[in-house]
Amino acid sequence: MTSNQVLSEIEYNVVGKRPVRPDGVDKVTGRARYGADTNQTGTLQAKVLRSPFPHARIKSINTSKAEAFPGVRAVITAKDLPLASLSKAELGNEYAGLKAASDHMLASDKVLFKGHPVAAVAAVNAHVAESALALIEIEYEELESVVDVREAMKDGAPLVHEDLRTNDMGVTADKPSNVATHMSYSTGDVEKGFAEADLVLEREYTTATVHQGYIEPHNSTAFWNSDGQLNIWTSTQGTFTVRASVANVLRLPVSQIKVTPMEIGGGFGGKITAYLDAIAAVLSKKSGVPVRALMTRSEVFEASGPAPASWMRVKIGVKNNGKMTTVETDMAMDAGAYPGSPVMQAIVCAFACYDVENGKVDGYDVVVNKPKTAAYRAPGSPQAAFAVESLIDEICGQLKIDPIEFRLLNAAKEGTRRIEGPVARRIGLVECLEAARNHDHYKTKLEGANSGRGVACGYWPNRGFQSSVVMTVNYDGVVSLIMGSVDIGGTRASIAQQTAETLGIAYEDVKPTIVDTDSIGYTFITGGSRTSFATGWAAIDAAEDVKGQMISRAAKIWDTSEDDIEYVNGGVSHKSDEELKFSFKDLARQLATTGGSITGRSSVDPTGEGNGYAVHIADVTVDPDTGKTDVTRFTAIQDAGKAVHPSYVEGQMQGGAVQGIGWALNEEYFFDDQGKMMNPTFLDYRMPTSLDLPMIDTVIVEVANPGHPYGVRGVGEAAICPPMAAVGNAVAGATGHRMRSLPITPGKILEATWENGKG
Amino acid sequence: MAVTHVQTTLNGDEINFLCEPRQSLLEVLRDVLGMTGTKEGCNDGNCGACTVIMDGRIVDSCLVLGVEAKGADITTIEGMASPEGLHPLQQSFLENAALQCGICTPGFLLASKSLLDQEPDADEGRIRHWLAGNLCRCTGYDKIVRAVLQVSKAK
Repeated sequence: MTSNQVLSEIEYNVVGKRPVRPDGVDKVTGRARYGADTNQTGTLQAKVLRSPFPHARIKSINTSKAEAFPGVRAVITAKDLPLASLSKAELGNEYAGLKAASDHMLASDKVLFKGHPVAAVAAVNAHVAESALALIEIEYEELESVVDVREAMKDGAPLVHEDLRTNDMGVTADKPSNVATHMSYSTGDVEKGFAEADLVLEREYTTATVHQGYIEPHNSTAFWNSDGQLNIWTSTQGTFTVRASVANVLRLPVSQIKVTPMEIGGGFGGKITAYLDAIAAVLSKKSGVPVRALMTRSEVFEASGPAPASWMRVKIGVKNNGKMTTVETDMAMDAGAYPGSPVMQAIVCAFACYDVENGKVDGYDVVVNKPKTAAYRAPGSPQAAFAVESLIDEICGQLKIDPIEFRLLNAAKEGTRRIEGPVARRIGLVECLEAARNHDHYKTKLEGANSGRGVACGYWPNRGFQSSVVMTVNYDGVVSLIMGSVDIGGTRASIAQQTAETLGIAYEDVKPTIVDTDSIGYTFITGGSRTSFATGWAAIDAAEDVKGQMISRAAKIWDTSEDDIEYVNGGVSHKSDEELKFSFKDLARQLATTGGSITGRSSVDPTGEGNGYAVHIADVTVDPDTGKTDVTRFTAIQDAGKAVHPSYVEGQMQGGAVQGIGWALNEEYFFDDQGKMMNPTFLDYRMPTSLDLPMIDTVIVEVANPGHPYGVRGVGEAAICPPMAAVGNAVAGATGHRMRSLPITPGKILEATWENGKG
Repeated sequence: MAVTHVQTTLNGDEINFLCEPRQSLLEVLRDVLGMTGTKEGCNDGNCGACTVIMDGRIVDSCLVLGVEAKGADITTIEGMASPEGLHPLQQSFLENAALQCGICTPGFLLASKSLLDQEPDADEGRIRHWLAGNLCRCTGYDKIVRAVLQVSKAK
């Protein structure tokens, strides 16, 4: 039986190998410092008081008893934020944005979800801070709340924001609504396409609110020094985005804030928003000493940013031979308490696996009384893939066409134009589908009663954005690699590998360090499958800069022109005099006496898309008595472009697949009808354990990305898109019941069995 | 609040600390003793990130009170490697890329050590069963299970 395959086109010396990661030893010995491990001298502990109601007006807050409690050093409310003393007129166009950002951090007039921060206390320890929270008196006027995305879209639904008006493709509606945005794109002639189809199927799908489920809770330690400098130590996916967010809410110039990245215990998109940093900062300013804020697990569930619940309608027309003629969808996603769901990405990704002439996609961003959603691994795309890939499976069943053959017939390829515009460069979906068709898993006959096999595709654009890298050549020939991208899953290694490859030196001779916002140029988040791609590219450019300077230095030593020298095989040599050559290390040893160290640098902002495609195959068995689904075999196939460190690429594929399996079968926020989450613990929010899973087999397909020097595409996200449909399609095969609502719980399966009389 | 004196054995050394009766062993390790290798993931016994070995059994240190450590023998992640080098499981985790973010790693290593100390030939099924009390959200467990299997005598 196969397990991990890599289908390579090109071999390199260091890129594509599997070295031990530079931060590995610290992480297996407990020495790595995560955010909660920060300990500045004299640090106070903060606790946040949160709304018990999903929707209420704050009538009054009295903090005097908490302030008087022994051990309490500072208490803050929204009154302590700059917004409280700025007028709407003063802020002009900035007002709405600042009010939302400031209120999200600490509510001023209304609370919009259970867990919404209302006040915070800093005290000598967390127990004292917690006791003091109970002494804060708040008078609320409870308001009717709205929880379900479709209910929220109805006329007459309770309004989450009284002044929110729908932006309908640039036109603002005249009356308030919970629909923040409606977006719509189309291509070709949808009606004509449906008329030409031999089979048209239309179905509705729903998915539940789910959480990224990183094991490390949010944390931040802040020290507002008496010279006005604000220091923040935190576990975040992006130090520069934390800096920008805190600067915005606290009305500070960005350079007055230094954000130091601590190790981060998982993020998956959920650790981009800065929840605690400004609260800790204001408490520090008030108390004069450092303040550390940590969320509990329940706070993480209730007050960080889960991924949206969704409602989706999909309609597809096909010819009898399986050729798709038209696609159409409406997708509505709940943004939570403030606008900004990833519904745009959902409709962009929905049909990105297919080359169809006619299509129309509509997306609705809807506010509800739930925590403001955040990015979660390929935000928007997994929900969309569940709907589209489930419907395609149903079509394959009706037409009696093999699901991989159907997808090969319709697959997007180089030159395919997506409905909203972009035309694909060289992409690897066809190669992934072929790898799936050729895989031992797909060729092995499914055996046993109550078992089923499902296939599904997934897509994520994988974009670039800004990254900066600096590298210095030490006199022993070791290169210090300095970057601003935090390392969540092995990017120190993957970027060091690209550096070593470019310089032609050993991986062990590159020493990566991740630094604070004062010590490197702007670097966007570790997210969007961008770090190995974009920061890797910055490292390649900085290494090229080093190579140029090494040539200059050799020219100086040999008293010759730079044009006579070339950089080959990890060293410099004279083009016409064979005697004149330096290895990288030999030349490094000369640097001290020939002008000093060499520093390479680069800031990049790559545009275009890396285009990540994944195909998954899932086998399940469903217990007819209990409705419980077991995943018995799973294969994840993905185009990595070039896998810089195949083990960590496999890790991304396996991790994404398993998060998807959890999303498919178990994970769900249970809300009561007013929007209170009923299951904010890992006991009741059931993520997959080792016991629930088989090994996750992988195939890394390498179709080089024409938009990167080593062909890297980015791999973090596409893997979470196919599993829900792959599992759902397998369940349909096992039970005869098509599940159109996530998660596919035992209860739903039994209900379907009882209603439809099978089993 | 009144504090209690506790004498215990931690990573082979006899140590003393003072703690409040309400403080968990996890809190004592991290906040009183400054040993931050033991991680907090949920503080309610559901994620296993704070796993330590106490008198030969794995426990969630968030569910044990500091005062309960009196007279106990406790191993934390800081006690797993020796002057001779990393524990074979630590080395295997590195070589098999069995960690991504690393926050759950100390807990997984101690749970795995406890398993192989008692059952040196644990197979995949036994490993998956034993580690079901430790949540990892990054890896999908595949590479963790393989890393433990590599050290197990069952091949």
